[in-house]
Amino acid sequence: MKLLELIDLHTFYGESHVLHGVSLSVNAGETVTLMGRNGMGKTTTIRSALGLTPPRSGEVRVRGTTVTRWPAHRIAREGIALVPEGRGIFPTLTARENLLVSARPGRWTIDRVLRLFPRLGERLDHLGAQLSGGEQQMLSIARALLTNPSLIVLDGATEGLAPLVRQEIWSAVRQLRGEGTAALIVDKEVRALLEIGDRHLIMVKGRIVFSGTAGDWRARSEENLALLRA
Amino acid sequence: MSFSLFGLQVLNGVEQGLLLFLVASGLTLVFGVLGVLNFAHGSFYMLGAYLAFWISAGTGSLLAAVLIGIPVMASLGFLVERLAIARLYKRDHLSQVLLTYGLVLLFNELQRALFGNDVHGVDAPRLLAFRIPLGSAQEWPAYRVFTAAACIAVAALMRQVILKTRFGMRVRAGASNAEMVEALGIDVRKLFSALFSAGTALAALAGMLAAPLTTVYPGMGENVLVLSFVVVVIGGIGSIKGAFFGAMLVGLSDTFGKVLLPGLASAMVYAVMAAVLLVRPRGLAG
Ligand SMILES: Nc1ncnc2c1ncn2[C@@H]1O[C@H](COP(=O)(O)OP(=O)(O)OP(=O)(O)O)[C@@H](O)[C@H]1O
Ligand SMILES: [Mg+2]
Repeated sequence: MKLLELIDLHTFYGESHVLHGVSLSVNAGETVTLMGRNGMGKTTTIRSALGLTPPRSGEVRVRGTTVTRWPAHRIAREGIALVPEGRGIFPTLTARENLLVSARPGRWTIDRVLRLFPRLGERLDHLGAQLSGGEQQMLSIARALLTNPSLIVLDGATEGLAPLVRQEIWSAVRQLRGEGTAALIVDKEVRALLEIGDRHLIMVKGRIVFSGTAGDWRARSEENLALLRA
Repeated sequence: MSFSLFGLQVLNGVEQGLLLFLVASGLTLVFGVLGVLNFAHGSFYMLGAYLAFWISAGTGSLLAAVLIGIPVMASLGFLVERLAIARLYKRDHLSQVLLTYGLVLLFNELQRALFGNDVHGVDAPRLLAFRIPLGSAQEWPAYRVFTAAACIAVAALMRQVILKTRFGMRVRAGASNAEMVEALGIDVRKLFSALFSAGTALAALAGMLAAPLTTVYPGMGENVLVLSFVVVVIGGIGSIKGAFFGAMLVGLSDTFGKVLLPGLASAMVYAVMAAVLLVRPRGLAG
């Protein structure tokens, strides 16, 4: 079943035309990765899908329902949770409050996210602003999970984090995959993405130019790497 | 100034500060969270006072006026937010000032049409129509004690709501990143409406409580608006705690200014504001 489907999205910032007919889909339980150099439109694709920057034309569907011009909170309530670029932690709320502010009942509880990220347990009473980058990212993922989504969207899963923290994040993402939570993941670490995703997409200047499995990706790895090289 | 007179002025200043806090807290939240500079906020105080006059004149009870007036004013706040303020979220401060000042004129006309230009007195509840001796020479009207206590109770309740409830968490989260709140599945539009409506009700409550103390007169909203803006600036935009201490400072300096430097009381308030901003340019909580 197609959980999320984007059909021929054209998105603008003012006059500037950023997405040129983006189509993609994420099936229930599937992990899809979205690769691309800086400024290619990955974040814009996510913002269009979630209703934060609605597309000028094209369609967004969640489980077959057209949600294109719905307000962002209603799309989120369909079961899509965002871990945004820059992490989006509320700096003046404690870590605990960051988790509770949007939590909805379901399989994910505070105890379970703390088992996924034990490090957060010791920091619950610190303000969001006092956490390290890695802790903020864990908090952002935990906060998203506590909305009990069917799809988690990670925009820059490990960007700007130290290698050890990255490993922690990737291992958490792998666990989610085991749980059957679908994911759409943007990151610059191609090797980790290829290992973790079911399908991979490459975006260049607002268009999806490659779509396939890790096997398909490796079969043309020279070209793909060239597309991703800065 | 005798010691008991001094004590009386401190009490009066604190009480004025507490009333001011009820007004300024809504103003600072609407500015800090919704990003709107609302000149009409003083009008809600004025309308609250007129409602208190009108309903208590009809029913003989200030309590009835508060119980009827609060939901009425909360609904008015809701309507004003939906019909006018919501159009301002993405606009610059000049458009905000123009539109909300237009609302001030509208509410003033409404007040004139309904109640005329006379000054009206409002009776304190009969139960509270006695005086409490203060030292040998002074006394404090029981209604003032009651007002101060009511304000403290409301402030404590607000603190609980802001610190301990989900609504409060969302308001604080929205103050730093409203889009993220929305992306997490929370209807920010509703959150803002509720917040604006609550701020309106608080300002109106202050007007109702103040009505027996200050009388009810045209333009009473503008005076309070100016003082409330001073409180917001002193306290730091968006900070409830800052607004509380700012309101105390302004209440005390205004009261003492009127006693010590009659005619220059407002200069005293601005001097305090300047002094605070020299030490803390972003306000007490900034
Ligand atoms: N708010 C905005 N206003 C105008 N242009 C924007 C805005 N946000 C992004 N853009 C432009 O849209 C294009 C796509 O940006 P986007 O952020 O989607 O890229 P990205 O693939 O996420 O890049 P990165 O890997 O750096 O995060 C870029 O050219 C960018 O400059
Ligand atoms: Mg991006």
